[in-house]
Amino acid sequence: MKYLGFIWASLWRKKTRAAFTILSLLCAFMLFGLLQAIGTFFTAGADFVGASRLIVQSRVSFTDSLPVRLMPQIERVPGVKAVSHDQWFGGVLGENTQAIAFASDPVRLRQVYPEWVLTDAEWQAFANTRTGVIVGRKLADQYGWKLGDKLPMKSNIFPQKDGSMAWTFDIVGIFDGKDESWQNQTTQLYVNWNYFDEANQFGSGNAGVFAVELEDVNQADEVAAAIDQLFLNSPDETKTQSEKDFNKGFFAQIGDIGLIVRLILIAVFFTIVILTGNTMAQAVRERIPEMAVLKTLGFGNGTVTMMVVAEAVLLCLIGGLLGMLFAQLGIKGLAQAAPGFFSAVRADGALWVQAIALMLVLALVVGLPPALRAGRMKIVDALAAR
Amino acid sequence: MLKQIVEVALMNLRSVPQRLGLSLVILVGIAGVVGVFTALFAMSRGIEATFAASGDPRNAMVLRGGSQAELNSTVSLETLQIAERTAGVRRDETGAPLASGELIVITELPRKGDTLGANVTLRGVTAAAFPLRPNLKIIEGVKYTPGLQELIVGRGAASQFEGLEVGRTVRLRGADWTIVGVFESGDSFDSEIWTDAATAQTAWGRNNLYSTILVGLETADTLDAFAAALKVDPRVNVEVKRQVDYYTEQTRDTTRNIKFLGVFVAIIMGLGAVFAALNTMYAAVSARTREIATLRAIGFSGFAVVTSVMIEAMLLALVGGLLGALIAFVLFNGMTVSTLGGGFTQLVFQFRVTPDLLVTGAFIALAIGFLGGLFPAVRAARMPVTTALRAA
Repeated sequence: MKYLGFIWASLWRKKTRAAFTILSLLCAFMLFGLLQAIGTFFTAGADFVGASRLIVQSRVSFTDSLPVRLMPQIERVPGVKAVSHDQWFGGVLGENTQAIAFASDPVRLRQVYPEWVLTDAEWQAFANTRTGVIVGRKLADQYGWKLGDKLPMKSNIFPQKDGSMAWTFDIVGIFDGKDESWQNQTTQLYVNWNYFDEANQFGSGNAGVFAVELEDVNQADEVAAAIDQLFLNSPDETKTQSEKDFNKGFFAQIGDIGLIVRLILIAVFFTIVILTGNTMAQAVRERIPEMAVLKTLGFGNGTVTMMVVAEAVLLCLIGGLLGMLFAQLGIKGLAQAAPGFFSAVRADGALWVQAIALMLVLALVVGLPPALRAGRMKIVDALAAR
Repeated sequence: MLKQIVEVALMNLRSVPQRLGLSLVILVGIAGVVGVFTALFAMSRGIEATFAASGDPRNAMVLRGGSQAELNSTVSLETLQIAERTAGVRRDETGAPLASGELIVITELPRKGDTLGANVTLRGVTAAAFPLRPNLKIIEGVKYTPGLQELIVGRGAASQFEGLEVGRTVRLRGADWTIVGVFESGDSFDSEIWTDAATAQTAWGRNNLYSTILVGLETADTLDAFAAALKVDPRVNVEVKRQVDYYTEQTRDTTRNIKFLGVFVAIIMGLGAVFAALNTMYAAVSARTREIATLRAIGFSGFAVVTSVMIEAMLLALVGGLLGALIAFVLFNGMTVSTLGGGFTQLVFQFRVTPDLLVTGAFIALAIGFLGGLFPAVRAARMPVTTALRAA
């Protein structure tokens, strides 16, 4: 620590070079922060749910709606505590903004999803209002909705009986999440399935997918197998998996894009390592006589090595932390510019830890070779700058 | 003057090998930027090309009013019958109207090397579907037999998903469906699985319902008249789109996002590379302080010095840029990947590194080289000759 002033001074020995190196590190880490945040967004949805629920979907695909008549059979499977169902509504808000809208049975939703927080009165109102809709806090804030508002929403799948694609619902509740990660998911809305079921043109009885709450989480595999066994060889064969796997599959649809983002990151880092490594080596080379002076004054080989490494660490930390700061601001900006998609993208603590670890690794990779050279060189040769 | 520039530039370039490490910095930095840019744009070019090939201007698509995508649309057998009797519909040799009712459902299949399922489009088609898509050829096996639970699979789907070889079976709606053939069409249909429409309707319980109708028109110009005739018909509520336009719309969002990402990443990375190039060129200039001063002393103009430094920076940048584009080309061109296309199903496509991307890449490289070289070059020319000569 006592050498910090000296290291700081030698870092800025060539101001332009230090500044440019820091700026290019800044760019690298800004990209890292942004891309990694977007990358985790694609997989993050899978991580936040508890494993306590099973999702029963059609074996063909989750877009194939299961009939609601399967529900009593699923409820009778030993180990099943409660069942609810979600039908994707295909909701469109305004001109062309896709809403995450489901048609669900209010009473069952409350049983199976205790993570959504509403007052008793609001749950009651949802159950008793045929045209009721409950909306997530984030979505309500985004559009400025309040209790009692009419919510006009088109469906790009389900017409009403008269053929109109435009539906109107009454906002009877605004739900929060039970904790922060659930609060971040309150961008959805649920309409009352009972009304939807009667009013849509395609006829009643479509449940979508079922969510099953278990008596005991450890029985998940047995219960899932038992449910699938029930409907084997029927036109409505099911595929039952944990909610986590279901979400993972959902995000896996994005396919190879995740891979491409990773490839970009590798390319960026490869580039930066070469650039910074070269600059570091150059900085050390120029100071060889100075280091010889240090050694003559009695600084040990280890100390000299340490100081060069410390300089690299300092350089990487300054550039990297600034870059991450910019990334954080950039994510905020994106979230404001395109709230729909990017509002869920965040740079959380884990990302910062990754970034700082990466800065240290980078510092060692680029700093260690010249540092070792500086430590090993002979005073006489170095003084003569040979 | 020109002679001076050439002389100094050649001298500089001949000394590049002595400063190899520094020169490599520019090369690698710019290669990285151009490589990433080229790869991302090659991806969006691939998606665009796949969709653009999917539409024939002489084909019209009939969807239910208000549906943006095939998957959300439903039209009845009655609508199909009305559409095929509308004026302007092309007929085949036997005089039958070319109109194909098509039912779209989504099936979930595991991607190769993955246990999670991904969505694949299953399209039930009628006989007219084939003459309406003349590019589509069966390249292995035979066509499905209507009435039997048989499937033909697109080449792209067969390459990306597990178990889609001829002779294998796929489990759908409580029955085993046999794969009897593989087809190739060079467009987005390659990502799909096809079967007979009536067979699919029965299996999915959607009797007499289709998702869309694909209609062949007599000429590309009859679309408006055809659309207007259906629009005023009170028996149907439909939207008519030219097939090409439909597929262009489907791809717009995806390619726009990828391009946005490409430009965004290239700008930030490009800035990083500019800073690195600045570092390099400043170092190159300061290492030659005395040399430059000597040149100035014996009468070379400041402009010649500036230009020569710029030429060096831009040449290095150009080489780096071409290198990056070449790496992107070797690694990615023709690489087949799949991602979420329109209608929430997988679209299989190939990266396309087109010549114009290489040109753009070279321009980016030159721009970075220009910015990275300018300030160091000016500094080199501005150095007072006397002090510079005395420099160590």
